[in-house]
Amino acid sequence: MSELTLLLIRLAFLAVLWFFVIAAVGVIRTDLFGSRTAAQVAVRKPAKPSRQPAKPKKGEPRQLVVTGGPLQGTIINLTETPITIGRANDATLVLSDDYASSRHARLFPQDGQWIVEDLGSTNGTYLDRSKVTRPTPVHLGQPIRIGKTVIELRK
Amino acid sequence: MSAVDAAEAIPMTAKRRGAQLVMLAFAVAIVMVAYANVGLGKDGKVPAGMLTYGLGLGGVMLAAYLVLARFAPWADPLVLPLVTLVNGLGLVMIYRIEQAVPKLASASTQLFWTALGVVMFSVTLIVLRDHRALQRMTYTAGFVGLGLLILPLLPFVGREINGARIWVSVGGFSIQPGEFAKLALVIFFAGYLVAKRDVLALAGRRLLFIDLPRARDLGPVLITWVVSVGVLVLEKDLGTSLLLFGAFIAMLYIATQRTSWVLIGLLLFIGGAGVAGALFSHVGARFQVWLDPSSQALYDLPFGGSYQLMQGLFGMGSGGILGTGLGQGHPDLIPLSFSDFIFSATGEELGLTGLMALLMVYALVVERGLRTAVAARDPFSKLLAGGLSFILAWQVFIIVGGVTNLIPLTGLVTPFMSQGGSALLANWILIALLVRMSDAARRPPPQAIQDEGLTQVFKR
Repeated sequence: MSELTLLLIRLAFLAVLWFFVIAAVGVIRTDLFGSRTAAQVAVRKPAKPSRQPAKPKKGEPRQLVVTGGPLQGTIINLTETPITIGRANDATLVLSDDYASSRHARLFPQDGQWIVEDLGSTNGTYLDRSKVTRPTPVHLGQPIRIGKTVIELRK
Repeated sequence: MSAVDAAEAIPMTAKRRGAQLVMLAFAVAIVMVAYANVGLGKDGKVPAGMLTYGLGLGGVMLAAYLVLARFAPWADPLVLPLVTLVNGLGLVMIYRIEQAVPKLASASTQLFWTALGVVMFSVTLIVLRDHRALQRMTYTAGFVGLGLLILPLLPFVGREINGARIWVSVGGFSIQPGEFAKLALVIFFAGYLVAKRDVLALAGRRLLFIDLPRARDLGPVLITWVVSVGVLVLEKDLGTSLLLFGAFIAMLYIATQRTSWVLIGLLLFIGGAGVAGALFSHVGARFQVWLDPSSQALYDLPFGGSYQLMQGLFGMGSGGILGTGLGQGHPDLIPLSFSDFIFSATGEELGLTGLMALLMVYALVVERGLRTAVAARDPFSKLLAGGLSFILAWQVFIIVGGVTNLIPLTGLVTPFMSQGGSALLANWILIALLVRMSDAARRPPPQAIQDEGLTQVFKR
């Protein structure tokens, strides 16, 4: 085995090793630069809506963001399914907050709007500053406070 | 920011099983190429064992993949291929070192342990369908962890090898219970901090720009400190002690977001290490070696000198940027090249370029773990995923920092690479826990079966 061949093998091996790292980063690129799946869906649907796939009506919220409290930073994507919030383990957003009830509140979509409903919690759910007493529509960016946790809807 | 996008992929997910299989095959292929390279570099021909080892590893990983696809279908697609690559490269290095020092290293034993590790991985995934069951075992896990830590100190079962009393021999086997103790303790820390973090985070006084905790809340920190210093003193095991205390402080920081805990932890550790260094010769010797490894007197010491460290540094130095090539270095000159110094041996043959790729792979595994923590929907999972990823990263830092003389050398295994069964099994269980949690975090929310939506169907 000549020196040159060995040198080439050595360089090729290092290149392949790095290629693996780059391929791995490629797989998680969706995490860093946005979902490619979403982009593909958009491409497959021809004509105008190139930026917003599936085009939900303008101004319709797409995610629920926790802006305050211990879970700050958590993001839940809104689909057609209702979101339950509370201390119960099966809630969509599980709070560990002494001021939250096990089934505290839920958010559900209705006619293109998201509605917040208090599920009989002990300490109440607040939309902006007012207590939620019956199902109330939530607008983008309006803070919903549950115990120490603050959530809001965003596009 | 990144959480946004990952969550966004959920409705149309993105199970990425195909990508996972391709990456897995890629990893196994790289390992086989590495085997061939060792043979070509050493004897000029492809080694006879290549197919056996390659297919053995490939088969074992395929089994792991199938279990994962069946029992944790939404799990992160990258963790398994990345770990496969590191484990495979470790096997190749041990195979290569076996050629040089046949007495100590054994690639077939390591392959056997890898297979057993994958069995543990599968068993963990199959048995533990919901990781939150672990939250109910918080204190049990704490006691089990402590018990495992103390086990080597007991007479009859405990044994002292190479100056550290961290072994237990049962029948013909020797295991290091400390490796499993760290998993149990991370579970305990996570469960404990979920319950207590409010009091740790909220109470206290503000002094200058840091929030000081109340004195009585220092209890758990002090207890962990005493335990890790106890490990340091009684078992002469610096690595585990550093690992445990670091993990606790990091998780405390994750739980409370208070810098003061990190400062207090650092001060305690530096204080403890300083006192231990002054009182116990084996700790003091490590400090001396760290400060001046190239001194001839220390190099010539028969025991506890800088000989090992310097040989490892010489090895990495002769590897340079591109390395000597697999099979063409001299791992026989590096003592313990199959365990503590496997990173130096790898550095000699793959060079800085290869080591950086290896560290990138570790970093990606940790990144996936931390992403899982960010995406997790309940505090216990967040803390557990964060803590497990942290101990993986911390372990790599401690040993790599040690062999490159950035920090005093402490005997810890390089995760998935060093020869040794206990560490491999424990790390595979750790990966199984991460996979289980990422499955839970990436799984789409349960679907409503009626419009009312109060009754929901949970897919398990």
